[in-house]
Order: sequence, then C-alpha cells, then structure tokens
Amino acid sequence: MRRSSTRKTGSALPVNPSSGSSDTYRSASSKAVSKEVERIDNLFYAYADASSGLIDPEGIESFCSDLEVDYTDVRILMLAWKMKAEKQGYFTLEEWRRGLKALHADTISKLKKSLSELEKEVARPTNFSDFYSYSFRYCLTEDKQKCIDIESACELLDLVLGFQFRPQVDKLVEYLKHQRDYKVINMDQWTSFLRFCNEINFPSLDNYDAELAWPLILDNFVEWIREKQS
Amino acid sequence: MPIHAPKTVDVEAGMAVLKQSVTKLTNILEGLPELPFNTMEYMLLCTCVVSTDSFSLSLLSFLRLMMDLLLSLTIYDLCTTKSADDIGGKLYAEYKKSLMDYLDSRVLPSLRSKHDEYMLKELVRRWLNYKVMVRWLSRFFHYLDRYFVKKKALLPLKEAGITCFRDLVYEEMKGKIKDAVISLIYQEREGSQIDRPLLNSVVEIFIQIGLGSKEYYKVDLEARLLQDTAAYYSRKASKWILEDSCPEYMLKAEERLKQEKDRVDHYLDHTTQQKLIENVEHQLLSVNEIQLLEKENSGLIALLRDGKVDDLERLYRLFSRIPEGLTHVSQLFTQNVKAEGTALVSQAENAASSKRAEKRDAADSPQLVLIRRIIELHDKYMGYVQESFQNHTLLNKALKEAFEVFCNKSVASSSSAEMLASFCDNVLRKAGSEKLSDEEIDRTLEKAMKLLSYINDKDLFAEFSRKKLARRLLFDRYANEDHERLILTYLKQQCGGQFSSKMEGMVTDLTLARENQSCFEDYLNVNPHAHPGADLSVSVLTTGFWPSYKSSDLTLPDEMVKCIEAFKKFYESSSKNRKLSWIYSLGTCNINAKFDAKSIELNVATYQAAVLLLFNSADRLSYGEIKAQLNLTDEDMVRVLHSLSCARYTILKKAPMTDTVIEDVNKDRRYAVDAYIVRIMKSRKALGHQQLVLECIQQLSLMFKPDVKLIKQRIEDLITREFLERDGEDLNVYKYIA
Repeated sequence: MRRSSTRKTGSALPVNPSSGSSDTYRSASSKAVSKEVERIDNLFYAYADASSGLIDPEGIESFCSDLEVDYTDVRILMLAWKMKAEKQGYFTLEEWRRGLKALHADTISKLKKSLSELEKEVARPTNFSDFYSYSFRYCLTEDKQKCIDIESACELLDLVLGFQFRPQVDKLVEYLKHQRDYKVINMDQWTSFLRFCNEINFPSLDNYDAELAWPLILDNFVEWIREKQS
Repeated sequence: MPIHAPKTVDVEAGMAVLKQSVTKLTNILEGLPELPFNTMEYMLLCTCVVSTDSFSLSLLSFLRLMMDLLLSLTIYDLCTTKSADDIGGKLYAEYKKSLMDYLDSRVLPSLRSKHDEYMLKELVRRWLNYKVMVRWLSRFFHYLDRYFVKKKALLPLKEAGITCFRDLVYEEMKGKIKDAVISLIYQEREGSQIDRPLLNSVVEIFIQIGLGSKEYYKVDLEARLLQDTAAYYSRKASKWILEDSCPEYMLKAEERLKQEKDRVDHYLDHTTQQKLIENVEHQLLSVNEIQLLEKENSGLIALLRDGKVDDLERLYRLFSRIPEGLTHVSQLFTQNVKAEGTALVSQAENAASSKRAEKRDAADSPQLVLIRRIIELHDKYMGYVQESFQNHTLLNKALKEAFEVFCNKSVASSSSAEMLASFCDNVLRKAGSEKLSDEEIDRTLEKAMKLLSYINDKDLFAEFSRKKLARRLLFDRYANEDHERLILTYLKQQCGGQFSSKMEGMVTDLTLARENQSCFEDYLNVNPHAHPGADLSVSVLTTGFWPSYKSSDLTLPDEMVKCIEAFKKFYESSSKNRKLSWIYSLGTCNINAKFDAKSIELNVATYQAAVLLLFNSADRLSYGEIKAQLNLTDEDMVRVLHSLSCARYTILKKAPMTDTVIEDVNKDRRYAVDAYIVRIMKSRKALGHQQLVLECIQQLSLMFKPDVKLIKQRIEDLITREFLERDGEDLNVYKYIA
C-alpha cells in the first residue's frame, strides 16, 4: 500500500501514517494476520499430497481422525460448505484458507471448537437451504452429472435432514428404496424434499395438494403413504 | 250540446219539466213502463238546465235548492259570482247524495235479498242500470264537470258516480260476490256448464270499479281465485298420482291446462292468465314431478323402453313449461341409457369369457356384436331426443353423458377404440363381397363414427384403424376406395387432419401403385429381355404413411431375385432419388406344385414360397439347412414351417398387434404433450402450474384424454432437459428458458 500524501489542512484522521506507533500497530496486526495465514497454510500442507498440492481423500481421513470426527459426519460436509469446496473428497489451498479463515481457526483444537458454532450457523434457515442445495451438488462427482442414484440420495437425505426431520426422512427413504419409477434423483426433486419437510404437516399430510407443482415423485410418495394408512 | 236559450225563463215551468224528467228517468231505470225521452223533451230539459244553470237530478231536496237559485241566476253569473264555488260545491254534493240515496233505497235491498247466481244476475242488472243513470246525470251536469270539478280538482261526475257504487254497494257485497263467483268456477271445473257471459260481466264490474286500476280485481277476486285454484289442483294431483299411470296423469294435466286457459279467455282478465297457468302447472307438474317420472311401470323409463312416442312428446311439452322441469327428466334419461348400455357391455363381457378365445374381429365375436348393439341403442335414443324431445340441449347433453360412460369400457381386454376399429374394418371388408349394399355400408359407417365422438382415446382408434386399413389395402382384393375415403372424412371431422392424412396417403399410394404396376407391365412388353420369367406385381408404398413392418434379410431364391432386379431397373429408370426397401413378409406367391397325383396351384406367402422352392433341389432338408439357406430367424422359421406342415395352408397372422399399437400410441402421446407444453410456455413465457395443466388438457382433448400425471411427468422431464425452470420466488410457476 502506498503512503498517502500529507494533508495541508488539519485533519483529525491520521491520514499520514508517518508516526511510528501506528506503523507498529499496523504491522502488528498484519503480522498477526500473516501468522494466522501461515499456520493455516502449514496445517494444509500437513495433510496435503505433495505431488498434487491438494488434500485428497486419504488426507481428509487423517484430518478427520485428528479432528476426532468421523469422515462421514455431517459436520465435515458443513466444513466443505464453509470452504465452498468444489470437488468431493478434495480440498484446495484456497478452499482450505477460505474455510478456516472464516471460522477463525488455525489449529486443530480451534477447529474442533468451531464446529459447534458452525452447526448453529448452518441451522439458520437462510443458510440451511443453501447448505442443502450445496450438499447435492457436492455429490455430483462426474463431469456433466446431473443426478445422483437412489442409494446415495437416501444416505445424503439421512445425513443432511435426518436430524431435523427424522420421521419424514425415514418414510421417504423407505419409499425411495421401494419404488421402481425413478432410479436417480435430480436437483429439482432434491430441492422439493426440503420444501416438503418444511411445509407439509407430517404424518397427517393434510395440506398436501397434488394439483400444485410438486414433483411427481412426491405425489407418488404421498399416495403410497395414504394407501398404507388405509 | 245545448243551444243558447234566453237567460231567464219561466221558473215554475222549468222546475216542472225538471221534476217530470227526474221521475221519468227513475221510472225507466226501475223498469216501470215509461215512454223514452224524446228529443224535444231532452232538449227542453237541457235548455232548462242551461238557463237555470246546473242542477242535480235529485228529488225534493234538489228542487228546494233550485228554488233558491233559480231567480235571475244564469250559468255565467253562477260562474262569476262569488258564491259560485259555494253553489257548485253544494250541487256536487247533492249529485253524489242523490246517487247514494238511490243505491241505498233501491239497489242494496234487492241485492241483499238474493243469493248466489241470482244475486250475481241482479248485480249485473243493477250495475248496468246504474251506469245508465250516471251517464244521463253526467250529461245534465256537464257544466259542473267543465268548470267546477276541474277548478276544485274533484273527481269528474262519472267517476264520482262509480265511486258511490263502490263505497256503498261493492264494499258491502264484495265478499258474497267473490264466493258466488268462486263457487261457479268450482262447478265448471267439476264438469258442469255455467253461465259464462254472466261471469264475464261480473268480472267486468270488478275491473271497472277500479277506475283504471285493476287493484280491486286483483285483491278482491283474483287473489282468492288463485288460492282456490292451488288448493283444488293440489287435491286433484294428490289423487291422480296415486290412482293414475304416468300417461293418464299427463293427459289429465294437459286437458286441465287447456281448460284453464279457455276459462281466462272467456271470462277472466287476461292479466290473470300467466299467474293462473303457472299456479296450475306448479300443482300438477312441479309438485309431483319426481314421483310421476319415476312411476314403476309407466314412468319415463318405461315409456322410453316401450317406445311410447306420443306420451314422450306430451311429457316433453308439459315439463318444458315449468322451470327446471327438464332437469330431472334428463337425469333419468341419462340413468336409463347408461344402465342399458352398461348392461350390453356386461353381456359382451360374459359372452367373451365363456366362449373360447376366438378371433376378436370375427363378425359374430362378442365385441363386434356389442358395437352393433350400441349403435342400435344410439339410434333408438337419438330418435327420442330429436323427435319427442325436439332436440333440446339438456337431452342431447344427457345422451352424450350416458354414452361417454359405457363407450369407454373394455371387453376382454379389447378397448372400445379397438372394438370400434374392428367393427369398421369388418364393414369395409364386406364392401366387395356384396353382402351389404353401398348405401347400407355408408349408413353403418356414419353411425359407427358417431360413436367415436364418445370415445376418449380417439388416437388409439386412429392407430388401430391405420393398421387394419393397411391389411385391407394390401391383402384384401375388394378394398373400395370410396368407402375408405368416407370413413377418413368422418375421422377428419371428429379429430382433425393429423390422423386421417396418413391414411389418405395410404389409400392414394395403392392407386398410384396400381398405375405404377401397369407402367411396369408396359415396360416389360417393350423390353421383353428384361422379363424375369415369372409374373411380378409390386406395390410401392410411401414409408411415412404406413405402419412400420419388420422385414428380415430373407435370402431369396434365384427366381425371385431376378424379379426383384427387373423391377429395380424399371423403377430406377422412372424415378430417381428413391430408395426401395423390400418387405418380403407381406408378399404372396402363386406356385405350381407338381404332386404325383396332379398339379395344384398354391397361393402362399413369400416366405413359404421361399421354403418350398428349396425343395426343388432337394427332397429332404433339415431345419438348420433351411435356416442357413434362407437366413430366417427362429421365430419366422417355426411359424413358416408349422404353417406348411399342417393339412390346411393358412397364412398365419402376426402376434396380437394390440400391444405394439398401444406402445406406439403412448410414445406419440408423450411427444404430443411435450410439444404442447413447449409451445404454450414459449408464448406465455411464465405460467402457473395449474394453468399450464389446464391449457394442455384443453388442447389435447381432441385426440385423447390426457392423464394429469403424464403432463406432470413431461413437465419434469422438460425441466431436466432445461426447456423450463421453476420460478425462484413462486415454486408453482414455470418459466420458459429461451
């Protein structure tokens, strides 16, 4: 940053950082910042694969064990979301920095502590729908892949929605495994599941209207439940 | 009016004349013998009136009053003197009083002494007399009318006279008069003859008494009449509904309605007509409608069943009079037709399941019999609708509703669309065999196509028809172009051009093929060296119009190869840029088979011929050898060999075409729905879900009844294919992705 020129008129703002104290302050804070960045980076390289320069699935596994969190735990997914990680199973340096900086965590222990905060953050409605959509996209591993298979969709539902909407998720998973019409789930259907859980009374289903634009898979799901009830 | 007379006159003479006239008039009115007024007397009287101003034709009191006035008063003076109003007022009052005295002393007593009809007769007589009296007096007092009455805004003399009658006589007697009238009407209703002119006159009184308003008539007579009518017909209706059959009841009702109208025409006021008739209609028709129509053995259903056309016409005439009258009629109609139709379907189902599995399109198969019966049913009930029910909208709708229910039922897994197509096929195949005349065929086809309008899956019908048409055109030597085109015209009318255009193409193809064939024959005549040795006839078809046919790579025997080559050369010379695909599975062949006993000409399919020709060079051939030489599939092999190894040579048909037809149609439907959704969304850009579904259904209903689930499925598919997307704000709205 270039030094700004001295102002002739008397100004309260110390625009001209020529005094030594503010200089130190600045460098101190920037030093602190750069220290943080350094630690974050170091942490990254602790897990990254030397040749690719990325943290790969193996690296993630050891990262998780250090964190004392199972790698299938939803909090890892939340972490990925915070990082805006693009590829499942891999973290780039940029993503790593992004995530950890946002969490103000530059050590494993700080990271561990920040996880509960992260959970709360994700649970907020605006964040949650973003997180929910993100989780679907995250599973699209192949290029141009638009859908995920039923098995994976069920697992993901359980992981992401299970805590909040246990009864709905259980029933939905049971149905998805049972039905034969669909072999994959697309984004539109995925989005509708969350909407379903949020808007429709369960298990009564009394405010579900098949004449609205709910995806057909949910119409069939509701029909299936109603048939079982009668 | 009177001539001017000298201003003063001999008062005493004048008064004498006056007194005379009063007496005279009274006597005349009382019917006592008197000479009528002659002109002279009348003039004289009026003269006196003029000269002695105005006066009322009262008796003593009047005379007394006149005495006072007579002296030196002329009419003009009267009008100009200060006491003119005074005098006028007194005269006016006197006029009224004298009338009322008359009524009181003469008229009322005579009326009170009489009863019923006699009373009515007396009333009429008195009224007429009274009116004469008033008329005369009004003339005498004309000057009062001209000046005094207007000045004081009083009732003119004539009206005042009637008011006197009303207040005095009418008000007292009206109750009795009403009772008498009602009683007479009751008698007439029960069948007696009554004095109609008398009643007419009495009713006139009621009307005239109102002085321009019909209030008195309405309140004092009409109201009670209507009440009484309602009670009377209510009783009748209750009785008849228990005792009479529906036709009998209706006859009686119609008769009564006629009578009541007659009654009004003869002696009631015309304004009563509507109220009276409506009253009767309500009691006789509305109240008992349902009971009447649903009568066990004589109600609407029985009439329809037994074809009682006259009674049905009467029923229509009667019930179209009352509001909502035809609603229940059409409901019952629908119910009945539906029941009959559904019964026919059940019959067919039973027949189909009890018989062995026969060919679906045999002329006497339960399915075709059903179609024939449904056509007959339609004729019968359409006849009723058009003739007895005068083609009324409600009944037309009722018929349609009923037919739509059972015309969409299947029998033994044949859908109604297939059954109808088979029926038409059957009729068309008879065209050449002289079992039916041309007109009969046309008529039958027309009737059959009427049924198509009730069937939902019109596109399925079209597809079946197309397959059968192909069979007829290719195998049936008697295919008649006119009849074929007729059915296509009907199809086009009902469903639009998209189905019939292909089929028209097919028919045209055959005509062109025949022409082409004769060109080929000419060509061979001209080029004898090109002749392949065997007679070949080829039908060239346009691919897009015809159903798709499988054709395997049959290895043809040499004889046939030569034929094919010959034709190919010919064809290429006459038309460039066309590719010929040979469908051997459709061909036939005439072969001369030299058996030991004799030669027999066999007519076989090309495949069979191919197999048989192999035996020209070998007596025995194994399955494998035949297969290898001909390059047929196992499926074809089995079929062909089986047909040849049985005693009778029959050309076997392919596996039931039903499944493939349905599959094709379903595919077409998916495309159609996709196309419409995209078209709609492209023009609207953004549309709500329900709106989109509705518009889709509307547009597609010409061809088939679209399933809402199908539409939803296609929408989702289009979202995945990124033609549409959901609106971010309102998830019930779709947006077109340009």
